[in-house]
Amino acid sequence: MKSLEELKRIKEQTLKAMDLRQAKERGKVVVAMGTCGIAAGAKDALMAVIEELEKADIHDVQVVQSGCMGLCDREPTVEVSMKDQPSVIYGDVNDANARRIVREHIQGGQVVAELVIKRGNI
Amino acid sequence: MIRNQLLICAGGACITSGEKSVKDVLVEELAKNGIQDEIQIIETGCMGACDLGPIVVVYPEGTFYQKVNVRNAGLIVSEHLVKGRTVPELLYHGPASEKKAQTSEEIPFYTRQVKRVLRNCGVIDPLSIEEFIARDGYFGLGKALEMSQDEIIKIVQDSGLRGRGGAGFPTGIKWKAAQEATGSPKYVVCNGDEGDPGAFMDRSVLEGDPHSIIESMVIAGYAIGAATGYMYVRAEYPLAMERFDYALKKAREYGFLGQNILGSGFDFDIEIRIGAGAFVCGEETALLRSIEGKRGMPSLKPPFPAQAGLWGKPTLINNVETYANIAPILINGADWFRSVGTIKSPGTKVFALAGKVQNTGLVEVPMGTTLRELVFDIGGGILGGKKFKGAQTGGPSGGIITADYLDMPIDFDSVKEIGTIMGSGGLIVLDEDNCMVDVAKFYLEFVVDESCGKCTPCREGTRQMYRIMDRICDGKGHAGDIEKLKSLGKVIQLTSLCGLGQTAPNPVLSTIRFFEDEYRAHIEDKKCPTHVCKHLLTYSINPDKCVGCTACVRQCPVQAITGEVKKIHVIDQDKCIKCGSCYEVCRFGAILKE
Repeated sequence: MKSLEELKRIKEQTLKAMDLRQAKERGKVVVAMGTCGIAAGAKDALMAVIEELEKADIHDVQVVQSGCMGLCDREPTVEVSMKDQPSVIYGDVNDANARRIVREHIQGGQVVAELVIKRGNI
Repeated sequence: MIRNQLLICAGGACITSGEKSVKDVLVEELAKNGIQDEIQIIETGCMGACDLGPIVVVYPEGTFYQKVNVRNAGLIVSEHLVKGRTVPELLYHGPASEKKAQTSEEIPFYTRQVKRVLRNCGVIDPLSIEEFIARDGYFGLGKALEMSQDEIIKIVQDSGLRGRGGAGFPTGIKWKAAQEATGSPKYVVCNGDEGDPGAFMDRSVLEGDPHSIIESMVIAGYAIGAATGYMYVRAEYPLAMERFDYALKKAREYGFLGQNILGSGFDFDIEIRIGAGAFVCGEETALLRSIEGKRGMPSLKPPFPAQAGLWGKPTLINNVETYANIAPILINGADWFRSVGTIKSPGTKVFALAGKVQNTGLVEVPMGTTLRELVFDIGGGILGGKKFKGAQTGGPSGGIITADYLDMPIDFDSVKEIGTIMGSGGLIVLDEDNCMVDVAKFYLEFVVDESCGKCTPCREGTRQMYRIMDRICDGKGHAGDIEKLKSLGKVIQLTSLCGLGQTAPNPVLSTIRFFEDEYRAHIEDKKCPTHVCKHLLTYSINPDKCVGCTACVRQCPVQAITGEVKKIHVIDQDKCIKCGSCYEVCRFGAILKE
């Protein structure tokens, strides 16, 4: 360790690995992982969301799982609640759709209208 | 790719409660479910809520699972991680709330704390120097190395930091004295002896965030001009020793210890020295003698360690918690440090909350927090809804804060007015079932055992005080005992050589001051009002409730009970040894204990 610059570099790198433990201010993504969800492929949607957020270098959005949301017919379902915006629930979220949601809604700020099945809380 | 992190508390208490087995179960279940590559398990330092351990926190949700054991740990995997459903039976349910808490942000034990000293405990992996750095670790050192000795000491002085070991001496003044002292080489010592029974604040910092102490010791060395540091840790803390040792190795690897630290030209290294079970070695001069290989006995001050300490050389010696505050003060400034706490006692204090309170464990609060907040809001109130009787503070050196003073803000100076000290932070909560005479006797017995023997007032005086207390609790007290305890106590306070002796009478004098009626009951009536002092108990049989089942007759180890089947039984008081077995075995509540 020769300098403060090196120290800063280690800090930045390690913070990314500790990301999951940091507070998230900008929003939350909930992926329903009930039995119906898992059967329909919610796992793929979950991993796709996490991967896309990493690619886009977004660290202030939390990704959590929940149990069955009740919309079993449209699984996998993903709820996106960004700060100061009404929450939006997407249905039939496969890998491709999940990535689209991250890029267009979370990154771009534009709700992906054709994938929405419900707005606001259940 | 990692989607969840499980933080498992691996502080000493949780390890004793089975943390390793819980971790093994989690690892096994993750593999069984095929998700071991998506979930990361991290063992952290003490999370503070020791009564609720073992604790597992799931991130990013922050779901707080308590009292996890090998039977239910699997549910965290199968329910929460696989199916996204929180496990209700493992959530915390406080007595005052209607619903269960999901995260620690819904648990008053946590929300009312201000974690500065404990900033990393329970958050980082103590074995990871990189996680320490990620949370601004060693940035304080980096900043210090760009400043002059005077500038560093000025910040410490301006902060108003006072020693957290119990005496509360202004840290800045100590640092200045060590810097100005002439003599070479100089030494930096960290007092990790933590001898007070029931105190474990320092242990948790050493186990959970060892680098914070290393960083501050290097800063201290730079500020006073020392090249060698000693961490004196008591032998009863093997985990702390192990983690601190590992941290030293890592720090050397990364260049924070050794030669030319961070390219500044400053050399510093630290060695560990292990205590051998003597409470008196927590006294700074005795500790230094111990490091020198001599018998741990205090010496008169002046000269102070800053002028003549280890091997007669200028030595800076501070407590673990004091050091833990240094690096953040360097990073955030003196004003930041003063932003919480009181004017004469700025900053926070870590308390080890124990005794008859719902939530026992480590809590860090601003100085000036009231006892009521600590016991009832954070502590969750008295167990079993019993009545609060008092809080014993400062270990064997302290007295009792009674219910009348629940709203007293606790800091270094306030509690002195009622005859106690804040001390290092031990806080034992007592309820209506505790005997105050017995509590005082316990601490006195401890001090008698630990007295080094050098000075007569402590060596002989405490022993005589203990003899009187023992007689009183044995039913052999007589008139004049209270007065003798008070006058002996005063002499010992005024004439003992060191802090051990000077404060040894405090528990007795404090309990006499606030609970003299209990002493009188023991001495004059030969009765213990709380039924704690065994020799003052009388066990008798209530003839209205006795059905003549002979259970107690058969149980009594000295055949003190006579009685035939279906006839009322009687206890022979002369034979009774007050063991209480009859009381335990009677199913009809017929044994009276008074």
